[in-house]
Amino acid sequence: MTVSFLQFSSITKKIWMALLGLFLMVFLVVHLGINLCLLRADDGQWFHEAAHFMGTNYVVKIFEVVLFAGFIFHIILGIILQLKNWLSRPVRYRISNRSVTPFLSKYMIYTGGIILIFLIIHFMNFYFIKLGWVKSPVPLLEGGEPDFYQGARWLFEQPFYSILYIVLMAVLAFHLNHAFGAAFQTLGLEHNSYTPWIKGFSTAYSILIPLGFSIIPLYFLIFS
Amino acid sequence: MNLTLKIWRQPHTRAKGKFITYRLDDISPNCSFLEMLDILNEQLIGNDEEPVAFDHDCREGICGMCSLYINGRPHGPDDAITTCQLHMRKFRDGATIVIEPWRAKPFPVIKDLIVDRTAFDRIIQEGGYISVHTGGAPDANSILISKEHADLSMDAAACIGCGACVAACKNASAMLFVSAKVSQFALLPQGKVEANDRVKKMVAMMDELGFGNCTNTYACEAECPKLISRSNIARMNREFICAKVS
Ligand code: FES
Repeated sequence: MTVSFLQFSSITKKIWMALLGLFLMVFLVVHLGINLCLLRADDGQWFHEAAHFMGTNYVVKIFEVVLFAGFIFHIILGIILQLKNWLSRPVRYRISNRSVTPFLSKYMIYTGGIILIFLIIHFMNFYFIKLGWVKSPVPLLEGGEPDFYQGARWLFEQPFYSILYIVLMAVLAFHLNHAFGAAFQTLGLEHNSYTPWIKGFSTAYSILIPLGFSIIPLYFLIFS
Repeated sequence: MNLTLKIWRQPHTRAKGKFITYRLDDISPNCSFLEMLDILNEQLIGNDEEPVAFDHDCREGICGMCSLYINGRPHGPDDAITTCQLHMRKFRDGATIVIEPWRAKPFPVIKDLIVDRTAFDRIIQEGGYISVHTGGAPDANSILISKEHADLSMDAAACIGCGACVAACKNASAMLFVSAKVSQFALLPQGKVEANDRVKKMVAMMDELGFGNCTNTYACEAECPKLISRSNIARMNREFICAKVS
């Protein structure tokens, strides 16, 4: 699979990158919706119901596979594209570029790399516990299922983890800020009237989504 | 003006190059940048030294031959300009100016500041033309073209193929150049006939030659002396998708 990836033209790779990125952005909204259930003072009842639905519904299960594939290919393609970019200028300039460009656009591979590290930590804290690969730090629920409500509380009540989480959300915001508009440009969806709206939406999305995620650790830090 | 120049010197493609520092005094601020280099070269020749090799031709901003990466910017510290149109008044007296050749894998250095831009010609050979029979000129109104499309096509056709887009891009991507060439034809009925083949072949050649991928940073647009718009890149992406699915 990777081999045929390499044979794709640069634009085909970028189109896939953009489509997968947009798909992952839709997923983030769903994820945030579930996370916000944590804030309800119902001892995790809503959150458990949402988590149970996500864990058992067949349509969701199919999407889970698509989602993992999406993440993996987005990451692999990003690395392949970046390697080619580095190789295309074997001798660097003495004076680094001073052209006026959007600041965040230059650091996508780095912000992406940091998000990948976060993703691994995140998996260790949640998904791998569900798979039974990692032991849960909090007692299991009655049915033997992991208690992610208490698990999340346990994590977010640790100031170090909460602050790290918020910092990583800021990095995610930087990544998303450039990504959204860039995806549209890559897909050829550019228009004098609509592009400013896309840009505006991109800014709003990239601030609101990470902010939404960050409210949760802040809430637990302050009210715990 | 008194200047310190740090210039990349490299005797030939495979030689190891290095920066050499030159002092240049009493330069008029009204000198063009290339005239300033001419003065330096006269001094070097007078001292029996090898003059600095650099590209130039029209010296009026239309041919795209002059290059030079000056203090971190292709064509130096001004917008929408070629190096031949840059004047020394853009620098301050006593300035240090670092001059490098375009850096990109598909643009190997031939000598000093001259790079081989044949890669662009090879991309053009893949489809940067329309196939027409020669003969009498057809009536101008026999093919109707909207003013909007004619203007956009002319804007794209303003590209002089200088390579500043590649030089400025952090990925040494040629997307702005290729997209301008694809767009100027794709927008017109005469160019539409071969549009699908054109975009696929030109993109394939661009990749094969080792140019990088676009990461939508738009340094290309910021440095283009002819103000070629990034919307051409979006158009090329559109053209490419249509060509692939059709
Ligand atoms: S020498 Fe022709 S554009 Fe500068």
